[in-house]
Amino acid sequence: MVLKDLLSKNEAAILKRWFDLILETYPADTASLMKKDKDPFTNPVGSTISREIEILFGKLCEGIQDEKCQSSLDSILKIRSVQDFPPSKAVGFIFLLKRAIGEMLRDEIAKAPAIEEWLKFQSRIDDLALQAFDVYMDCREKICDIRVKQARIEKEMAFRMMERMTPSKEKR
Amino acid sequence: MFKTKRFWVSNFGFRASNLQGFKIMGLWYSVSAILLLTFLVVIGIEGMGLVSFFTIFIPYAALFLFVVGFLYRVLKWATSPVPFHIPTVSGQQRSLSWIKADNIDSPYTTGGVVKRLALDILLFRPLLKNEKVEMQAPQRLLFKPSVLLWFGAMAFHWSFLVILLRHLRFFLEPVPSTIVILQRVDSIFQGLIPVIYITDIIILVALGYLFVRRIIYPQVRYISLSSDYFVLLLILGIVLSGVLMRLIYKVDLVQVKEWAMAMLRLRPVAPKEVNLLFYIHLFFISLLVAYFPLSKLMHMPGIFLSPTRNLTNTSRNQRHINPWDYPVKTHTYEEYEEEFRDSMKEVGLPIEKG
Amino acid sequence: MADEPSKEKSLEIDYTIPKKSWMEPSTEFRKGTYCYPAASRHEKYLELPHPREWQPTDEDWKLPEDWREVILRGMEDRLNRYRSYRLFLDICVRCGACADKCHFFIGSGDPKNMPVLRAELLRSIYRKYFTLSGKVFGKLAGARELTEEVVKEWFSYFYQCTECRRCSVFCPYGIDTCEITMMARELLNLVGLNINWILEPAANCYRTGNHLGIPPHAFKSTVDFAVDELQEITGVKVEVPINRKGAEILFISPSADYFASPHWYTFLGYLLLFHEIGLDYTWSTYASEGGNFGLFHSAELAKRLNAKIYSEAKRLGVKWILGGECGHMWRVIHQYMDTFNGPADFLEEPVSPITGTRFDHARSTKMVHICEFTADLMMNNKLRLDPSRNRKWKVTYHDSCNTARGMGLFEEPRYILRNVCQEFYEMPENTIKEKTFCCGSGSGLGADENMETRLRGGFPRANAVRYVHEKFGVNLLTCICAIDRATLPPLLEYWVPGVEVAGVHELVGNALVLRGEKERTTNLRGEPLDSTISPSPSSGERAG
Repeated sequence: MVLKDLLSKNEAAILKRWFDLILETYPADTASLMKKDKDPFTNPVGSTISREIEILFGKLCEGIQDEKCQSSLDSILKIRSVQDFPPSKAVGFIFLLKRAIGEMLRDEIAKAPAIEEWLKFQSRIDDLALQAFDVYMDCREKICDIRVKQARIEKEMAFRMMERMTPSKEKR
Repeated sequence: MFKTKRFWVSNFGFRASNLQGFKIMGLWYSVSAILLLTFLVVIGIEGMGLVSFFTIFIPYAALFLFVVGFLYRVLKWATSPVPFHIPTVSGQQRSLSWIKADNIDSPYTTGGVVKRLALDILLFRPLLKNEKVEMQAPQRLLFKPSVLLWFGAMAFHWSFLVILLRHLRFFLEPVPSTIVILQRVDSIFQGLIPVIYITDIIILVALGYLFVRRIIYPQVRYISLSSDYFVLLLILGIVLSGVLMRLIYKVDLVQVKEWAMAMLRLRPVAPKEVNLLFYIHLFFISLLVAYFPLSKLMHMPGIFLSPTRNLTNTSRNQRHINPWDYPVKTHTYEEYEEEFRDSMKEVGLPIEKG
Repeated sequence: MADEPSKEKSLEIDYTIPKKSWMEPSTEFRKGTYCYPAASRHEKYLELPHPREWQPTDEDWKLPEDWREVILRGMEDRLNRYRSYRLFLDICVRCGACADKCHFFIGSGDPKNMPVLRAELLRSIYRKYFTLSGKVFGKLAGARELTEEVVKEWFSYFYQCTECRRCSVFCPYGIDTCEITMMARELLNLVGLNINWILEPAANCYRTGNHLGIPPHAFKSTVDFAVDELQEITGVKVEVPINRKGAEILFISPSADYFASPHWYTFLGYLLLFHEIGLDYTWSTYASEGGNFGLFHSAELAKRLNAKIYSEAKRLGVKWILGGECGHMWRVIHQYMDTFNGPADFLEEPVSPITGTRFDHARSTKMVHICEFTADLMMNNKLRLDPSRNRKWKVTYHDSCNTARGMGLFEEPRYILRNVCQEFYEMPENTIKEKTFCCGSGSGLGADENMETRLRGGFPRANAVRYVHEKFGVNLLTCICAIDRATLPPLLEYWVPGVEVAGVHELVGNALVLRGEKERTTNLRGEPLDSTISPSPSSGERAG
């Protein structure tokens, strides 16, 4: 429970650090903008990330990996899978949480009898990363699907007209 | 210590490596240029006694370059054709009588265009267009960088204008009452001697802001060129030397006015026994004036000519002519029918030739 | 920092994108982000310079030997012909107000997608070769050499701009990146760098009259097909005149309307409307395209394609022209057509034959937007409407960039929508009207191969749609642009599943009560009127 207390006490600072570390995966010029602008419409990337990592962090602390996690991962990875990131970097933002916590709480964790808990927490992060990888793959597959479907839609009218020319076939 | 440093670092998006990066190099170039130029005046005046050179030749030359360069640039723009009618429309067009048209953002009369330009030029309205946001506490709005930019730009440009007008008192005899009134209003809040002008303070703060934002906002730093820093530093140098002359190292204003009037009469006389700051002030102004036509400062006349802003949104009502229009090769109906005549006939589409 | 574990340290290096000055050109062509170059046969058909086969991923782009001279000469030529070009290259103060206004920058986070920097890619060359300060101060004044790398960078970033003009609204001087992009693309075209998704439609349009390359007999069969479908849905057999001389009005719409989905239903809407009011009009097969992909290539090609409209109006002897729902088509018609190919003195000032309303604002061009036309019909109570037939839809409206910032057509479509549907919700104020976000695929970038670029560019738009989807349950995004109708469905399928896309006149067609119609059980899509929407049914299923 020691770790849990530490985490909840430092939640705001950890989230901020995590968020900053994630933004560092973007060019510095972009990152500062995403940081400053809180508007969900003019800065959808920054605001989505900051909103969703808060949910993810809460779930990690509670030790739950559920639907809500899935949808948060989905929101973030939908964005990261169409930006110019290789898969490792698109998904790797999860591991940045380890670093954020390490930076903030290393001494406390080492001092307090929290090593066990910390190891457990780390493996939860690992699990989340695996889940994130699945989500990432779903997003990429979705993109492929959409491309294929686009190609089909382009021919759709032609197919429909061909159907019409074959009188035996029931239309609509 | 470690943590606070990290925090600061990340907060401003700084990276240690950036400090050696090109953009900051641009800044150092500009700073060195300004220092070098200051040094030049000091050497020139104190060491070599080139008073006439700095107070007569350089100002005249700068003014000459300004007038010629300014006219050249403006005429070049003004004589470039506007082939197409391309206003950036930002309001409801005038179409059906019962739909209220927006004569400012989608002007359909010359009056509308004048209003639109006036709002843009006098109030910098596009900078204010930034995001009215419904999901935010209103007090945050002022601190949005975009609104801050509007505020800084307004403060800078307007105080610059007032200061410029105040300076007319050196060039006009008798000093017009409007200038005197302006001067009074500008110093109204204080009975200090020497008088501190409000605009002096505002312009220093505004310049400071405009300068600092080029350094601390990474995306602005990314796009900033050496020349962007240079212009700001040059103006800062002018303002600082001016303020110092007023407050600490007093200058003999009678001498200055005599010099100014003589310059105007084209019978120039070099001022005697004035503070070195005056020479720096004057030299920097000359530089700014000479540099003006070469630089982005030409946005001042440019905005009046901007075809996305100074045209009415009436392109379907009135034909816009392209002066360099030329005939182009097209695919005519005859060529088209030639290719498809048989199949057109087959499905019963009307055709021109048998 | 030295005491950090080495693993984390390596992470940091790994995750940080190295930062260089933008002055050093760099481009990476990653699959999924760039458009394929134009097939040389299209370039040859249109008689464009330097046709050849090449790929952006190639080291050698096979530029013509004198490419540098060609580009510099092209620049000089355009500097003398366009005030916008010279002025916009000169007066930018790099204040950064535009930086976060571009949907591509917001969605991709690539700093070279900031409008100011996109322009600076070109401006730096202008300074080097055409300005005194650039020649004297070089890099300090932001000037750089024109190298092949620069050309590659242009190709990358000027085909990542959709010419949507959003930045121009926020620029204190009205600098319009669209103008800059148009010029840059013209320069690229001079050395034979084109993309296929622009040139193939343009070549098709030149030959067959429309982008999709539909020959006249196929056009006739799609129309017949539509007539059949409409008869099944409404019980009414509509007349659709084609190439008919002596009609009062020539109607021109984007070709996607009669050959793509979901455009098709908008097409059905037009046909029902014209039938119901008994409009004396005709379609044309020769001018069977309102859209103009030439605009995305060069002013000259735009003019060559646009010429068909007036020449066909003249040949058919109509009085005026009515135009369908399309974005860039209307940019051309509103701001360019009269200049390109006018004066249209053989036509008459447009007057609605039904209401008698004189469309004075189109006095010279003689072409009226269908939303203006229909809104006028509705205002004068000439249509019987049953909005409950659109009851399954909770509707929002996307202003397409060109009808918004190119025309100011804001209230007409909204007025129509409020008349034909029961629930209408606006997206947030800073994402509509003149501040509307682009679909991310305009100006010829709606290809399949650059899907990732499209998806991230369209994210700001989709994000605003998601907001009304979650808040009000909006399930239909309406628009008056054929490119939108083609590109928003995949965009929403990715970001906001459960929201469909439709043209405004599709909803008009649904709501319009025809004389002599049978009771309608389905909408124009063939879906039952009452069905609650199933999450994102694919169009393929709909067709079955």
